[in-house]
Amino acid sequence: MTAPETAAGTAAPRSTPVPAAAALALGDDALVLSHRLGEWAGHAPVLEEEVALANIALDLLGQARVLLSMAGDEDELAYLREERAFRNLQLVEQPNGDFAHTIVRQLFFSTYQHLLHTELAAGDGPFAPLAAKTVKEVAYHRDHAEQWTLRLGDGTEESHARMRRACAALWRFSGEMFQPVEGVDVDEERLEAAWLASVEDVLRRATLSVPEGPRSGAWAAGAGRQGLHTESFGRMLAEMQHLHRSHPGASW
Amino acid sequence: MATAAAQQTASTQTYGAAGAVGDTTAYQRVFDAAVAADERIEPRDWMPDAYRATLVRQIAQHAHSEIIGMQPEANWITRAPSLRRKAILMAKVQDEAGHGLYLYSAAETLGTGRDELLDKLHSGRQKYSSIFNYPTLTWADVGAIGWLVDGAAITNQVPLCRCSYGPYARAMVRICKEESFHQRQGYELLLALSKGTPEQHAMAQDAVDRWWWPSLMMFGPPDDESAHSAQSMAWKIKRHSNDELRQRFVDICVPQAESLGLTLPDPELRWNEERGHHDFGPIDWTEFKEVLKGNGPCNEQRITQRRRAHDEGAWVREAAAAHAAKHSADRHTADRHTADKHTAAKHTGETGAARA
Repeated sequence: MTAPETAAGTAAPRSTPVPAAAALALGDDALVLSHRLGEWAGHAPVLEEEVALANIALDLLGQARVLLSMAGDEDELAYLREERAFRNLQLVEQPNGDFAHTIVRQLFFSTYQHLLHTELAAGDGPFAPLAAKTVKEVAYHRDHAEQWTLRLGDGTEESHARMRRACAALWRFSGEMFQPVEGVDVDEERLEAAWLASVEDVLRRATLSVPEGPRSGAWAAGAGRQGLHTESFGRMLAEMQHLHRSHPGASW
Repeated sequence: MATAAAQQTASTQTYGAAGAVGDTTAYQRVFDAAVAADERIEPRDWMPDAYRATLVRQIAQHAHSEIIGMQPEANWITRAPSLRRKAILMAKVQDEAGHGLYLYSAAETLGTGRDELLDKLHSGRQKYSSIFNYPTLTWADVGAIGWLVDGAAITNQVPLCRCSYGPYARAMVRICKEESFHQRQGYELLLALSKGTPEQHAMAQDAVDRWWWPSLMMFGPPDDESAHSAQSMAWKIKRHSNDELRQRFVDICVPQAESLGLTLPDPELRWNEERGHHDFGPIDWTEFKEVLKGNGPCNEQRITQRRRAHDEGAWVREAAAAHAAKHSADRHTADRHTADKHTAAKHTGETGAARA
């Protein structure tokens, strides 16, 4: 809501350059994952998780609003871009699936986000002030995902099997988190090594093994960051944007 | 219930079950005196079985209403038209889950369990508020629910903050604070629509037209047909009659509707100078009874979704329990090792004392 930019996310550099491409990429991650978690409302396996999932979704939505506002008008960017203009990771747009899929997606993403925001908070780039605040939220998200990974991996035979399937299904989306994003000043290799070490450790403690197979197929590598998404994403956007688009120019 | 409570607890412990029959009248007298003196009844106090049963029923149904009530609003989370509205709605639905948790805890102080209560909800043996059997058809319904449904709930619930049962009264204090906030947000949502484009205004008016009468039904049947009212008022669980609260709500809403620039769908609604209240048209009690019987627009859908969430989540709850069982054994073993090493004798003594 800060600057009158176009919705395309191709803003020209300003006098104090806000890295719009980077703000969009990180903002879209938060926006899309928040939306997916919002779909759980009223469907969670236990009341405490209604509270927890909504809580995480709200934190992410708050982050998305700040980040998108750094790149332009938050509502224009959220509601009026088409699929090919979104820059989020394919990981976060994956459908919720069962609770195990949701938890593995959370484990992969919140571990990445916590490591990333810790680095950003320590630096002096444009995202440092935001990251200094969000790192606390994200630490909670990561803890929530880790605790559930332990419970489900090392729970019953069924929960173990579901977690194994979820890890296998989502593993191939985990590589694109470490593709460089223009304007995000971090050492991707170091981030990736730390991520792998952490996720491997949690999975091992949860009696799960690290999936085999590629972490980024030829198609998936960095594709979300380039606006190449998976098929369910268009449907998600159709639902998210429908009302806003039906009333052009209206305010809410 | 300071002094009376202490006496009761003491006498219960002294005489135990053996003295119970003979002492019931005495207990009843202490209870009646506490209620008369506006003292709070607490979980360990003696209370009449019927008082306990009434509270379990009322608190459980209140908790169920919070949980089922998440559905009509959650229906719009993924379609909220701005990020600000989406955040507000998500926070509200999260609060409702939290209210459900407080209320189940309050019910548990009466000797029941959340699992048992949920089971009664899922099997239709306990009810939830009839209002949540109406569908949310447009975005404006989210505002109408905030303004009217939460408004009616607050009118009902503020007096419950003084309810004679302590845990329920304290839960209501916390809940009412959050509900008032939601209600203002709902009003503000409708105001934005009412002052927006003609299409938005029409959407707001249509929502108010559909939610007005069901909101008035939230206060329950008329006083002369309300089965539990007299006893609940005598016990100070309830402080005002259904019709009294309904009238209060109508009187509050009329000026609010005017400032919203919206009308209420009742041609008989008008100020009565003599009574100092608004007169309003007759409520369709046939519709109310049908909805209560399970024949409302969404009864089937609401309970099916609730059951499905519960059933599909069973493996998650089982996994959490299995994990906790494995690891509490681990912790127990670890504790014992530590205890053996350092303070074996003392530890045994403490365990013995705790058991006795």
